[in-house]
Amino acid sequence: MAALQTSTLEAIKNNQTKLIADWLGGLETSGATRNLKDQEVKQQTAEFLQLIIAGLEAGNGQNLASAGWDEIRLYLEKLSRSRALLGQDSQQTASFIFALKGPLFAVLQNHHQDNPALLAEQLLEVSELLDTLGMHTIRTFQKSREEVIKRQQEELLELSTPVVKLWDGVLALPMIGTLDSQRTQVVMESLLQRIVDTGSEIAIIDITGVPTVDTLVAQHLLKTVTAIRLMGADCIISGVRPQIAQTIVHLGLDLQGVVTKANLADALKLALTRLGVTVSKSV
Amino acid sequence: MERIPILKMGDFLLVTIQVDMHDQLALTLQDDLSERISQTSARGVLIDISALDMVDSFIGRMIGTISGLSKIMDAETVLVGMQPAVAITLVELGLTLPGVSTALNVERGMKLLQDRVRDQ
Repeated sequence: MAALQTSTLEAIKNNQTKLIADWLGGLETSGATRNLKDQEVKQQTAEFLQLIIAGLEAGNGQNLASAGWDEIRLYLEKLSRSRALLGQDSQQTASFIFALKGPLFAVLQNHHQDNPALLAEQLLEVSELLDTLGMHTIRTFQKSREEVIKRQQEELLELSTPVVKLWDGVLALPMIGTLDSQRTQVVMESLLQRIVDTGSEIAIIDITGVPTVDTLVAQHLLKTVTAIRLMGADCIISGVRPQIAQTIVHLGLDLQGVVTKANLADALKLALTRLGVTVSKSV
Repeated sequence: MERIPILKMGDFLLVTIQVDMHDQLALTLQDDLSERISQTSARGVLIDISALDMVDSFIGRMIGTISGLSKIMDAETVLVGMQPAVAITLVELGLTLPGVSTALNVERGMKLLQDRVRDQ
């Protein structure tokens, strides 16, 4: 493939100011600058153009993976990452690059007016380069979005499994949200660890915040209860709402030997009785 | 040959597993324990596995067997000090050890044994 001609590069270099102005105009009309500071966009366009020219001057060719494009690749990665964090979508991020095409083509057309064959060749060259850059931006953008989602998932997992101490020797675990195997694992681990740490004899699992109980959820619950029993502590399940009780019966689930209570207060009362603690009102 | 010590405390036998269990060791323990129960006519057996941080299905089954055979020889068995990781592993392996009594630590296990024996 024919490389970019020196004269083309010269043309781009000489028209930088015009290119940036047109580019910014294009960005604005396409709405790619929404939620972004004007000053920031201006600076980014100027920096990016500088990097492209530097890359082209070094004669790096089309291969974006080559060392000469390192700088521009890193710059794009930084750019799309910050865009992803700002909550922009992939189209907005990619059009930052693609909006450069129009002005750049105009400059080339102007420059190679009298030689259509050369013009077509150079246009293809520039177009391919910008396409690769655009694709790279999208890929990085997606990757950083996935990172954000993954981090949020982990945070959610941590947030939703607090183990609280209700009384000396009584632990409670208010479950919120759907129970899947991964969450059960986390819940089980943190609860069992707390049982060891505090030497609590009774653990109450409150499922008021669990929207639905199906066979799988029941199985996970039973696993947790069994593990607690193996450790030598007792487990009470509380917060069984009427609908959930109905579902459990309809599904024919066997909560063999598991103590269940309608609400947390009843469960605590039972736990205190087992511990031999009496609570009374002072008149 | 390596053996797990079985200590006699009054009417009870105390087994503390402080090394990683391998299959032969578990089998030896099973033999030794049944022998000691019949010798001492012990009323209860307390197995402390707090130092055990890894189990496989064989050892899991072994624990169940030991408690089963003690029960047949009229000795209550209490398993104490199971680590969270061990409990999770056993549950995932489907070894829920039905019929085995458990307690958090040796002290509570002893109390449980005494209560059980007194009730009989």
